Amino acid sequence: MTAAIAADGLVRSFGPVRAVDGVSFEVGEGEVFGLLGPNGAGKTTLIRLLAGVLTPEAGSARVLGLDPTADGPAVRSRCGVLTETPAVYERLTARQNLAFAADVFGVPVPEVQHRVSDLLARFSLQDRADEPVGGFSKGMKQRLALARALVHDPEFLFLDEPTAGLDPVASRQVHDLVGTLRDEGRTVVLCTHHLVEAEALCDRVGVLAKGRLIALGTVRELSNRLLATSPVELSFIDPVTDAIAATVGAVPGVTVTERTERRLVLAAPDDGAAADAIGAAVRAGGRVLAAVRGEHTLEEVYFALQEVPA
Amino acid sequence: MNWRTVRAIAGKDLLEVRKNRLAIWSILGLSFILSVGMPLLIGLLPFDVGPSGGDLGPFEALMTLLPPALQGLPDGARMVVLMLGYFLAPLFLIIPLMVAAIIGAESFVGEKERHTLEGLLYTPATDLELYAGKVLAGAVPSVLAAYLNFTAYAIVVNLVSAHIVGGIWFPTVTALALAVWVGPAVALLGVSASVLVSTRVETFLEANQLTGLLSLVIVGLMVGQGSGLLLLSLPVLLLVGLVIYAVDLVLIRLGAAVFSRDRLMARA
Repeated sequence: MTAAIAADGLVRSFGPVRAVDGVSFEVGEGEVFGLLGPNGAGKTTLIRLLAGVLTPEAGSARVLGLDPTADGPAVRSRCGVLTETPAVYERLTARQNLAFAADVFGVPVPEVQHRVSDLLARFSLQDRADEPVGGFSKGMKQRLALARALVHDPEFLFLDEPTAGLDPVASRQVHDLVGTLRDEGRTVVLCTHHLVEAEALCDRVGVLAKGRLIALGTVRELSNRLLATSPVELSFIDPVTDAIAATVGAVPGVTVTERTERRLVLAAPDDGAAADAIGAAVRAGGRVLAAVRGEHTLEEVYFALQEVPA
Repeated sequence: MNWRTVRAIAGKDLLEVRKNRLAIWSILGLSFILSVGMPLLIGLLPFDVGPSGGDLGPFEALMTLLPPALQGLPDGARMVVLMLGYFLAPLFLIIPLMVAAIIGAESFVGEKERHTLEGLLYTPATDLELYAGKVLAGAVPSVLAAYLNFTAYAIVVNLVSAHIVGGIWFPTVTALALAVWVGPAVALLGVSASVLVSTRVETFLEANQLTGLLSLVIVGLMVGQGSGLLLLSLPVLLLVGLVIYAVDLVLIRLGAAVFSRDRLMARA
């Protein structure tokens, strides 16, 4: 994997607060990487460091092979950034906003008009392209901000809370867009505290807490590392008796975590223990219809992380 | 320096100002009062245009500034010339200062207040290009405002006083020097100071108030002239302009040197 981002021990403080505290990680080219964490965890500061608009006190980073501190303009000319608030100029029209961004990002002059019109159409803003943005809904402003982030056809995108405050339809459009960006081979770093969003969109995630990266990997890797027992669900043809439940619960390492009329959910440390539990259920007279080992959700992983001392 | 970037930033700021009705009406209102209303008022005052030779008291020293062609006018006419051509003329310098203050003060802190600063800082514009764009955005309209207002002032002055003075007499050489030489210097002073202040304060109001203090320079010129302490003769005006340009240069260089994207972003 070629690294689009390589951060090594980044540190940045604001007064007495260490917003980013020794963060190291890599993001591969074409990867959708999620940065998770509660508000104030340091996600936005990390993006600012990687885009070269803040300078680290310690550590270093390479973005697309460039040092953001020394080559900030070059890094930013190849990155698109969607900020947490849309940051669009409300007195200007949507077209003027995009044309300004195209000029500042150095889109060749003959292409500006065409590029702007294309983006307005792509983000369904063409009907109101010449109206002041101040009258737009939040979803429209967010779409405009996304269009602006793409105006110079960047290789890399930082999306900071792209669906914050959006309704489900607008959120879905943003998710579709991230999927499209991935299909186009662009690298995306997505800051979010919406775990379902991260789980659906990200190849890997990093979890920040109090400025420190406390976990890094795919959801499955984190799950395996943090949650030793992934759930196994047994479905039965007949109602589950106490004897069946007790027999299954007696298998070494296995715990029954949930019981309904025809279903048992088990915590089993590995596939062997899960197989032993199924065998025990059958021997106790249970007619097992299905056995499924479930995956922990990112939400479960995230909350397990909150219990790990940082 | 990428001038397309600088022009884009300046152009965007100017477009925003054009759509800011409060700013436009403030500028137009003040322009009307100072460039049209004041000379109109003075011109319509019932001056005694009797024979010359009377004692004009504290204004006698100022009379020495009049060009020889105007020295022989009746006392009342000389008073009109003095008021319109010398005493009041520096007042129009407040206009470029105010335009510069409004646009310059809005530049960084205004973007911060409207939550657009972060987006601007994420562009590939260098710190110098950002700063230059903001200075240009303030400089162009304030110099333009200075010239337009001076033209309007000259027209009104001649309209209301030509019949007293005996023909078109304004602008005098000193008034022209004030407009062409000192006017842009004052405009740049307003811009360089207000953009610099705008990078350091938290609110537009704070920036505007601090920049407003510069109008004291104009008041100082007027008081100096009125009291006879600083007669704005041509050499004095050239010197005053030179000093202000030097201050401008220092402020622009200082502003560009201390401008910090990191500092702005840390407070965004």
